[in-house]
Amino acid sequence: MENSVKLDCRGVWKLYGPNPTAFLNKHGGNPDQDTMNKAQIIGAVRDANVQIHEGEIFVIMGLSGSGKSTLVRCLSRLVEPTAGHVEFEGRDLLSMPEAELIDVRRKKMGMVFQHFALLPHLTVLQNAAFPLDVQGVDRKTREARAHEMVELVGLKGRENYFPRQLSGGQQQRVGIARSLVAEPDLWFLDEPFSALDPLIRREMQDEFMRLQSMLRKTIIFITHDFDEAIRLADRIAVMKDGAIVQTATPEELILNPATDYVEEFTRHIPRAKVLRLATVMSPGAPEGNYAGDLQGGLSVADTVDQIEAESRPFRVINKNGEAIGTIDARTVIDVLIGRSGK
Amino acid sequence: MKFLARHILKGSRPFWLCLFGVTWVLSTYSFPLYKALDARWIIKFPKAWELQLDGWISAVMKWLVEDASFGLFSFRDLTRFISSLIEAPYQVVRSGLIDGFSTGQGQQAVEIAPSLSWIAIITILAALAFYAKDWVLAALVGGCFVYLAIFGQWESAMVTLASVIIAVPLGVVGGLLLGILAYLSPLAERMMRPVLDLMQTVPVFAYLVPILFLFGFGPVSALVATVIYAMPPMVRVSTVALQGVPTEIEEAGRMMGCSRRQMMWKVLVPSAMPTLMVGVNQVIMLSLNMVIIASMIGAGGLGYDVLTALRRLDIGGGIEAGLAIVALAIALDRLSQAFSTRTQDALPEPGLSYVKRHPWLVSVVLIMLGTGLAGLYLPAIQSYPESATLTTSAFWSDAMEWININFFDTFEAIKTFFLTYLLLPVKRFFSGVPWAWGIIAIGLAAWRVGGWKLGAMAALMALAIAASGLWAKAMITIYLCGVSVFLASVIGIPLGIWAGQNSRANSVIGAFIDTLQTLPSFVYLIPVVMLFRVGDFSAMIAVVLYALAPAVRYAAHGIREIEPEMIEAGKVSGCTKNQLLWRIKLPLATPSLLLGLNQTIMLALSMLVITALVGTRDLGQEVYIALTKANTGQGIIAGLAVAFIAITADRIVSAMARASRERLGLK
Ligand SMILES: Nc1ncnc2c1ncn2[C@@H]1O[C@H](COP(=O)(O)OP(=O)(O)O)[C@@H](O)[C@H]1O
Ligand SMILES: [Mg+2]
Repeated sequence: MENSVKLDCRGVWKLYGPNPTAFLNKHGGNPDQDTMNKAQIIGAVRDANVQIHEGEIFVIMGLSGSGKSTLVRCLSRLVEPTAGHVEFEGRDLLSMPEAELIDVRRKKMGMVFQHFALLPHLTVLQNAAFPLDVQGVDRKTREARAHEMVELVGLKGRENYFPRQLSGGQQQRVGIARSLVAEPDLWFLDEPFSALDPLIRREMQDEFMRLQSMLRKTIIFITHDFDEAIRLADRIAVMKDGAIVQTATPEELILNPATDYVEEFTRHIPRAKVLRLATVMSPGAPEGNYAGDLQGGLSVADTVDQIEAESRPFRVINKNGEAIGTIDARTVIDVLIGRSGK
Repeated sequence: MKFLARHILKGSRPFWLCLFGVTWVLSTYSFPLYKALDARWIIKFPKAWELQLDGWISAVMKWLVEDASFGLFSFRDLTRFISSLIEAPYQVVRSGLIDGFSTGQGQQAVEIAPSLSWIAIITILAALAFYAKDWVLAALVGGCFVYLAIFGQWESAMVTLASVIIAVPLGVVGGLLLGILAYLSPLAERMMRPVLDLMQTVPVFAYLVPILFLFGFGPVSALVATVIYAMPPMVRVSTVALQGVPTEIEEAGRMMGCSRRQMMWKVLVPSAMPTLMVGVNQVIMLSLNMVIIASMIGAGGLGYDVLTALRRLDIGGGIEAGLAIVALAIALDRLSQAFSTRTQDALPEPGLSYVKRHPWLVSVVLIMLGTGLAGLYLPAIQSYPESATLTTSAFWSDAMEWININFFDTFEAIKTFFLTYLLLPVKRFFSGVPWAWGIIAIGLAAWRVGGWKLGAMAALMALAIAASGLWAKAMITIYLCGVSVFLASVIGIPLGIWAGQNSRANSVIGAFIDTLQTLPSFVYLIPVVMLFRVGDFSAMIAVVLYALAPAVRYAAHGIREIEPEMIEAGKVSGCTKNQLLWRIKLPLATPSLLLGLNQTIMLALSMLVITALVGTRDLGQEVYIALTKANTGQGIIAGLAVAFIAITADRIVSAMARASRERLGLK
């Protein structure tokens, strides 16, 4: 049930340094690290390919300096890529004239920033209403709409505060309200919770999931925190030194890391929380008698007590109640201690 | 100072000793040499080689004013147009503050509306202060203006204030627009930078000469000069402020789909507002400074009072007007600073009535109208009754007389001491340097510090000064500036070090320095002339006072910025307090001290030109003479000569600072 591709990015490069375009052409559009070092060129993004599908949460993960921000800015054309193609809803974003680009950004895109990027001279309400103000929406309409958004992110009652009177978490809520006020289809979040304390960060992640379950946006979410990526993502792209090392679902990343680098990240992740029964089960309905039915979408961690308590295996079923596989205590234990390849 | 010298000379002592030795010998024996060889060119640049640039510039200016035309309109029309643009709002503000509105001319004038009453003006300013900060500031600002009323300076102060009120918006808006241009276009920024550099180093008097020539004597000329003088820092601050807006905010604006105009006016400029307000404060203070100086070309007001008092040696009147300037300066400075640090509270609840939401605005308007109406029947409400003014003039005259009678010998002794042991020897040294060697020596020194490019530039500038026939006067300027900077450093750096190490000292010294810096340069002349009369010594004192602030500030800053770990490391290795200061703190603070030195030199030069009023014989005098004769060429050339000295000094000291930062491994 593949959804349509919302944003399609192929062969995108972003090089910083003297004369990057000429440099890229000279080396056949694919220079290696050594040549770049010699020419004092920084490869912030190197040959990135991503397809983002309608309605998914696509997380770009990587350590600081790995090029995540630059990539997401290439996708929104906040920075001009040195080479490559970006298509948004089938339209070529990179050759779009300025007026059209402005229109696309006004109507279709929203972005949340790491350090909130609120306008210091505007109140919470005015900040949230600002995108509509820019579009020339009349004051009454835009403030009514901003009120809704401010309420949605849980800041009702603070409409007339200024940003500096709010805590970091509250400021980012305003940032979120602002990015959603124009009802964008594509929502960029560049490390939205990285500047917050760990406890607040969790709270904001839950809040984010709550919003997404209501709104169903197409999301590109940047983080350097693998836990966060796992928690939120439908799919994850792992970046290193400007290149995307692997793009996969959280489960695939854990089960089949493409490189040692990716594996290093997955090592400390509690696998039982990520892996679903449907992934770890053995195919085919149980032979003979079984203890009961379990949904394939449940995680191993959620079902482990139940499965362990029984000597008989369980039958795994899909949403329609059809049998799709078998799971028993041994498989679960394998997963928990990370014994086999599965 | 000695320490600084040692630090800078490190490693190249023989070079500097040689350079100094040769210069000293040539300086001492240049006159006998000229006599012996009968070669006058040694001490005086040959007349035949002089560039006659001043005559040429004067001719061009004359042509501009008399004949130049752009087809549809002449240059004269253009200046008239600018005049009328400025004149009209100036008259409105002046009428509103002091003159009242009337129709008709001269005898037939009929008043149609009075000016704002003095009570209303004080209320407005105090209310602004309260709005910007708190009751304390409101009391301070209100107090300053009540002082002006009680001590009979109201009218002059309002004339000055009217000029400031017109000049500041022009300076701010013009500066902001140019700053935006520089921010948007690197090309424009590259083209503007040297012009701004020059404008900030050309002495104020030099601005006045061509403007006087173009616009004639009167408030318009004064306003034009003020705006031109006060604008450059605003250009710089605007560019820096816009560049300082976090990238994320700019990106947020772009992602929300701002057009270019929305981006600038709805995102960037408001986000840069706190920094921009610092620039506004500077424009206000520079405008006040210049409005006072521009009384020489017809600004009137407090500056004119000081000027006439100085000319008549009216001690009491001078001090009174000077104190009024101080009161006005402090009020304007604190008020505009409060606006730049003002933090908004949450907005009032919408839905309240207009009066409830803006209680202050409403009451101020009521007071304005109320006192205006009441003033029609009770004149004392309209303008402060003359019979109730106090004058301190006699008091100050007596006080000064008393001081001069009782301490005459002491002051005389101090003056003689400085003249004999410091001023005259240094003067003799600099005046004696033959111009040819002077050019070479400056070139060599600059080369040694900053490479051959700097050396060539310094030598060329020195040559240009000599070729304009200004060598002797330039040497007097350098000598006076050098001595003053030396004294300012000797006094300022220890004060700064003390302030940097001791927070109590810091608050006292900081407040003192802040006040010194708010005062318009003119004010410094008054007490100095009263105590020491005219001459180089008086000029030197005024310059030292004016140029003290940066020496103190940067020294304190340099000491404070040292990493605590460095000092701890020193303590752990068993340094005594003295060793800690001399071996660790001072070497680490050197780059900062040098920056302070640079600023001190710049301020000293700008003040030095103004001290021409107390009878120095340097380039400042040359400009001043040009001003009184309205000789544009002479004024511009002499002004440029001062600018050249300033630029050379700036580049040399900056190069030293850079070198010392590199040596210390700081960035
Ligand atoms: N404007 C720029 N000029 C030069 N180098 C840049 C610029 N922006 C980013 N870089 C470099 O590109 C690399 C990737 O940066 P960034 O995308 O910000 O990483 P991340 O967001 O993953 O921390 C870094 O090495 C950074 O130094
Ligand atoms: Mg980043």
